[in-house]
Amino acid sequence: MKLSTFKKGLHPEDYKYFSHDKAIEILPLPDDVYIPLQQHIGVTCEPLVQKGDKVKTGQIIANTSAYVSAPVHSSITGIVKDIEKYYHPLGMRATMIHIQREGEEEWELLEKVDDWKWTPKEKLLDTIRNAGIVGLGGATFPTHVKLNPPEDKAIDSFILNGVECEPYLTSDDRLMVEQTDKILLGMAIMMHILDVKKGYIGIENNKPEAIAQMQKRVVELGYPFTVVPLKVKYPQGAEKMLIYSVLKRKVPFSKLPMDVGVVVNNVATAFAVAEAVVESKPLVQRVITVTGDGVNEPKNLMARIGTPFKNLFDACGNVKDDVHRIFMGGPMMGMTQYHLESPVVKGSSGIVAVTGELVEELSTFPCIRCGACVRTCPMNLMPLRLSKFSQAKETQKLSEFGIMNCIECGSCAFVCPANIPLVQWIKVGKIRVREEAAKKAKEKA
Amino acid sequence: MTEQTSVPEELKKEIKVEAAPGKEINKTIEEKPKPKPDPRRRLFRSDRMTIVAPAPHNKGKQSVPRIMYTVIAALLPAIIVSLLLFGTKAMVTILVAVFAAMVAEYACNKIMKTGLTIDDGSAILTGILLAMTLPPSFPIAGTALGAVIAIVFGKQVFGGLGGNIFNPALLGRAFLQASFPVKITTWTLPAFAGSGSYFEMATSKAVDTVTGATPLGLMKFEGIGTHLKPLLFGNVGGCIGETSAIALLIGGIILVILKYADWRIPLSYIGTVFVFSGALWLIDPAVYPNPLFMVFSGGLILGAFFMATDMVTSPITPLGTWIYGIGMGVILVVIRVWGGLPEGVMYSILFMNGLVPLLNRWTRPKYFGEIQVEKKKN
Repeated sequence: MKLSTFKKGLHPEDYKYFSHDKAIEILPLPDDVYIPLQQHIGVTCEPLVQKGDKVKTGQIIANTSAYVSAPVHSSITGIVKDIEKYYHPLGMRATMIHIQREGEEEWELLEKVDDWKWTPKEKLLDTIRNAGIVGLGGATFPTHVKLNPPEDKAIDSFILNGVECEPYLTSDDRLMVEQTDKILLGMAIMMHILDVKKGYIGIENNKPEAIAQMQKRVVELGYPFTVVPLKVKYPQGAEKMLIYSVLKRKVPFSKLPMDVGVVVNNVATAFAVAEAVVESKPLVQRVITVTGDGVNEPKNLMARIGTPFKNLFDACGNVKDDVHRIFMGGPMMGMTQYHLESPVVKGSSGIVAVTGELVEELSTFPCIRCGACVRTCPMNLMPLRLSKFSQAKETQKLSEFGIMNCIECGSCAFVCPANIPLVQWIKVGKIRVREEAAKKAKEKA
Repeated sequence: MTEQTSVPEELKKEIKVEAAPGKEINKTIEEKPKPKPDPRRRLFRSDRMTIVAPAPHNKGKQSVPRIMYTVIAALLPAIIVSLLLFGTKAMVTILVAVFAAMVAEYACNKIMKTGLTIDDGSAILTGILLAMTLPPSFPIAGTALGAVIAIVFGKQVFGGLGGNIFNPALLGRAFLQASFPVKITTWTLPAFAGSGSYFEMATSKAVDTVTGATPLGLMKFEGIGTHLKPLLFGNVGGCIGETSAIALLIGGIILVILKYADWRIPLSYIGTVFVFSGALWLIDPAVYPNPLFMVFSGGLILGAFFMATDMVTSPITPLGTWIYGIGMGVILVVIRVWGGLPEGVMYSILFMNGLVPLLNRWTRPKYFGEIQVEKKKN
């Protein structure tokens, strides 16, 4: 059978065997959590609690009135110790609320939704916003915004993203196998909100168990969804690639999926939506894969948001002595960690520790213009030229060659035989183009 | 390494981190009832270093030396056949060219203070390719001079590997062609030209005694054609590495399958030669040569699979590659049929090499979603 996929891209060794058969375990409650005020794309929340306040699990501790935002909840019951700058997994220091656990766990649940099928959409969107749900695949775009497209955009299809194309990560895979019903329910709720009839579930073919389980439950529960097995290829989990793989529609440059009538959501988001709407539980925990050959016992853990990475590694038999690199997310786009006090945030799908055997420091050669990056770029760009222009600070040329199309998937740097840090230079180039644009805007003003 | 290709400083940081908290360290904390150490200060501790670097954190297995050595390996069938055909003369020419190329590369590295690059395989490859395009009887000093010119003026003056516009080996040969026009067209025939088997050739002692013209020379200046079979197996007059089409095709097809050579280049190059010369042949078979003869004689197979596909000097976009290949094919047929020389592979490749930077600029592929697709109606 020929499986559907997108053009170009690559297939790196997936290393999912470390944890793909490990059932999700619930991590014991941590003693301290550090909850960043901003865990989504949009406006930063303002803290609603003060030092010394008692908070319950699920209580909103930071919020803002801005539309593109999501509130932040306390993930444990305890006392606010501090609101200060702590290490953030994205490599900076960000304001976080430090909560110390105290006493028995008490929940503060969301306002109950009686029957979602007969509840007005505005109410459901409110529930999703109040639950603090954002895109849990890693982009962390507030879900209630995604589910509320402008009137003039006709949405006809909904795609559930179960691709998980990044090597190592298995959290979505396990969730699909173990929580199939809730994911399907969450998908049905989101499709109900969008009033969309066609639902697709895109899953890469290296997760046969998840595909089988999904197909079985879709039929048994009578959902009108189509499970689409996809050829294993990176970066299929990227929104634009997935839409092309499933529906063969191209999202035009600088447009959103909704412009081609599609909304894409991650399976973990669907799970969180189901929990929020049916069980009134806000987003205080998520599944995170702790894996890599630098971890003694790789596991999939259900961890509270704000749990320091240290606790995760402790639960997995700690890291090996010769660990070389630790990163949050997959190896293609993940952020390296320099501090294990950094907390789990809403966008953390995995934390991977690798030893030097997998990641070698390789020497760089000059570009021999082999074109491997051009052949691989899923966005059809020319990474070698973009990298050259970026080094030369030619912002005009950068825009002309479509640098802003780059999805920073890292495929070009992966295949480069000369080990040139192509995607890194492109990231620098993007910053340069933005700076240039800002400068011009200032001059005009 | 030059500054251009290294990781930008703002992205590259190595941070020393301390060891993960072990039992002993916890004890010391208990002993001192002082405030808990600030968690912000308690780094992920270890005596070792962990790397903090931008993604991606894994890497494909491809590398520049690997590409170079694979191309060299793909040339082995043709080298072996050349040794069988021309014996020690071929071997000496190849070794001298490789040695001279490596010495030149080493000297340039020292003078330009760029760090040693002789181990990346590109100098060896240039030496071999140059030797393959020379007649077996070419003087050793000339071979060495050609290799030095190829490396110094073909590659290093442009800043080394990756900077050159023209294929270094062909540039070296062009220099030799201009300097030694007689020597470079004095061909040694394999001992049993036109009939013998490899076994007979290998056991023969009188390998280098007969001189004669190449099939293309015969066709051009005397109007004599050569049959296909000797062309395929290589027992005709010609350069060291270009006589046996089959040996070259074996290596060339391996390169294409492994994607070290873009399949479009040999296809468009040879295809154009076949179609163009075929059209001429159909017009007047008495004047113009058979297209199969055009394809399998001379250096076309060697040039199309091993020289035109040189990554540095060929276009990177699919469309550019087609234009490049077709352009070479047209130039080659024009030179062979109407030009003053019997062979034009070298000039056709060098000419199109010069156009590559422009082709790369003109043929930027449309990026994903650049053309607004029509919204499908459901």
